[in-house]
Amino acid sequence: MALKRLQYCLSVLVLAALPAVAQEGHGITPADIQRGLFTYASFCINCHGPDGDQISGVNLASGRFRRAQSDNDLVQIIQKGIPGTAMPPGAYTDEQANFLVVYLRSMAGSAKSKRTGPAGDAGRGKAVVETKGQCLNCHRIGSQGTVAGPDLTAIGSTRRLAEIETALLDPSAEIRPENRPVRAVAKDGTKIAGTLMNQDTYTIQMLDSKGKLRSLYKSNLREYEFLKTSPMPNFKDKLSEQELSDVISYLVTLKGLR
Amino acid sequence: MRCTFLFLIIAATAAAQTPFDRILNADKDPANWLTYSGTLDGQRYSRLTQITPANVKDLELKWVLQSRAPAEPNSKYEATSLVNDGVLYTVQPPNVVVALDAVNGKIFWTYAYNPSPAARLCCGRVNRGLAILGNSLFMGTIDGNLIALDARDGHMIWSTQVGRPEASYSVTVAPLVVKGLVIAGPAGGELGISGFLAAYSAETGKELWRFNTIPKPGEAGHESWENDAWKHGGGSVWTTGSYDPALNLLYWGIGNASPDWNGDVRPGDNLYTSSVIALDPDTGKLKWHFQFTPHDEFDFDATQIPVLADLTWQGKPRKVMLFANRNGFFYVLDRQTGEFLLGKPFVKVTWADGLDAKGRPNRVGHSTPEGSLIYPENQGGTNWYNPAYSPRTGLFYVPSWMDTHSINTSRVETYKEGAPFNGGSATHELPALRPGPTNKRLPELAWGAIQALDPKTGAVKWQFKMMDVTDSGVLVTASDVVFAGGREGYFYALDARTGAPLWKAMVGGAVSAGPTTYAVDGKQYISIPAGNAIFTFGLR
Repeated sequence: MALKRLQYCLSVLVLAALPAVAQEGHGITPADIQRGLFTYASFCINCHGPDGDQISGVNLASGRFRRAQSDNDLVQIIQKGIPGTAMPPGAYTDEQANFLVVYLRSMAGSAKSKRTGPAGDAGRGKAVVETKGQCLNCHRIGSQGTVAGPDLTAIGSTRRLAEIETALLDPSAEIRPENRPVRAVAKDGTKIAGTLMNQDTYTIQMLDSKGKLRSLYKSNLREYEFLKTSPMPNFKDKLSEQELSDVISYLVTLKGLR
Repeated sequence: MRCTFLFLIIAATAAAQTPFDRILNADKDPANWLTYSGTLDGQRYSRLTQITPANVKDLELKWVLQSRAPAEPNSKYEATSLVNDGVLYTVQPPNVVVALDAVNGKIFWTYAYNPSPAARLCCGRVNRGLAILGNSLFMGTIDGNLIALDARDGHMIWSTQVGRPEASYSVTVAPLVVKGLVIAGPAGGELGISGFLAAYSAETGKELWRFNTIPKPGEAGHESWENDAWKHGGGSVWTTGSYDPALNLLYWGIGNASPDWNGDVRPGDNLYTSSVIALDPDTGKLKWHFQFTPHDEFDFDATQIPVLADLTWQGKPRKVMLFANRNGFFYVLDRQTGEFLLGKPFVKVTWADGLDAKGRPNRVGHSTPEGSLIYPENQGGTNWYNPAYSPRTGLFYVPSWMDTHSINTSRVETYKEGAPFNGGSATHELPALRPGPTNKRLPELAWGAIQALDPKTGAVKWQFKMMDVTDSGVLVTASDVVFAGGREGYFYALDARTGAPLWKAMVGGAVSAGPTTYAVDGKQYISIPAGNAIFTFGLR
């Protein structure tokens, strides 16, 4: 319960810290942060890293910027770069730059890695993912694996290190909306489980556990529930500390197909 | 209780949803629509019979899917939907894939491709549809890529470059799957590409063979080009081909020569532009070709779907190809050999006064620097929108532009990468690519029709006339109902034997795609994109 309160407070803090330029008249949603993350992952991550601290002396996740006092200052830097430094100008629209600022502000309020395990090896991690970890029984990486769980092809671009750690060690702590499990029981007793794809007042759309797209009428269901626990096993006791470090090292290298 | 809902682990080797066998035998599975044309023969003939001439008046709207944003000014909704086991897959322009419940229109997932700003298109940021094989969907992109998506969740599996967008290579065609190959090619003939048709591995996206529609030095057909004109000779791939499994032949219509209107800079027949080609799908080797418009000077292309039919021809069974060409002539070819069997105008034609015994046109009109009036207009007697053929009625249904003409003017133009390379222009009364919101033309200055042709004679059996022309595809069912639409925003059901209108719905936007019919839980639906939305009807 205390943990949930903490998560709530963190999310309030994250949203409260978001730039006025993006909030004006609209408010900030998780989808806005995702849009910023998409741009960050496409154009910034190679130099700044997934946690924003890859360049010595620069920590984008700290919430403090030496050359920017306001969100507008940040937008200017994003669009025009910093002359005389390695920070180049970028052809971002105002909208893209604003969402990027939204994402940078959100980084300050989100958790950072506290892991102190041994150094990992991506090559060994890949082997663990494909064998002992049995990750591809549920996940997909590129053209390998399947679709029961989230696609990991670009996980290194779309998740911070701390999020990947949490997913491995406490899978139910944070289930993103796009990965939300749902279960239903039809009036005839048939049980259906899968990932929620869409829903409205009368219907539910899901990818069921057999990999089939299903559209259910609520009027045909005895009950249904959006699960708050992840079907993913906790790997804390399934992998050694070294194997966990190796797997994490591998997953952060996965940057997608394009 | 909760433990009973543990997820089942999906074996990585789970059976593929749509093996090629299902596509090969799609005629026996009319509840689904698994390829651009429904079946590999290109007929757009559905064996579903629940909707009939008697009850079609009882069709009612079941659902509408609006595009997430209005189409860009030069984008039309041209994609034919696919339907597989109750899931409908469509592409909103330019490259937004949507998977939805075919019964109620609820979305399962969307995939919005982000095209490169370098994309260059002559004629609209459009897409004509998807192909499916196994668990994968395949889509061409307007910036010259071919991509594979997982049909279950819309995630990208692979992406491969067909051609550079900076050099105006785009992929708007719905790919065709043959065996394990995804077959497609680039558009861009109006911007000076050098075209080809290629086969890519469905599993990896690797290119496995390429047939140059503009033959390079040393390749057969190169002698039909002079100077260095072949380097930017066009030969686009705009529309989907067809496949005969018994003959193991792949058929594809190829676009015009480039520059479009100035033939003086490219003396010769300019193979394989404005032709249909027959290839071995295993190797990409040419088996035969037939050129409808040698040395095309009017941008006539050969952008139609080759429709394969088995007819009794002069008393004997014959495997033929039906092809109502943009140049205004309807052709019947022997699809085993390419032999010309019949050719007859289906609209007013003045650029040729007939065809010789081998089907070569007797050219009497040319594009000129001062401008020449030519029937049909540059958009042709028909265009990329699909025809249909019913083995029951024996009739071939063609969306037709009637009594249209252009002033065709040639000029000298130098090729520059990424810029139009037309060598002239066509002016006409009729808006070519972007219909306006109103129509104030006199009827004699172009009108539209769905025409039913008798393939054995080329004779017009009936016409369904519309005040405006049509960019709609046609579908015919085994219950003798023809579905088609037009620019005026109506979607029609016609009697396949007489052309009598049976039903219509106002869909509030031009119909610029082919209809799809399918069945879920024993109930037949008919679906059509129009304007910025897709509309689906079923019986009350």
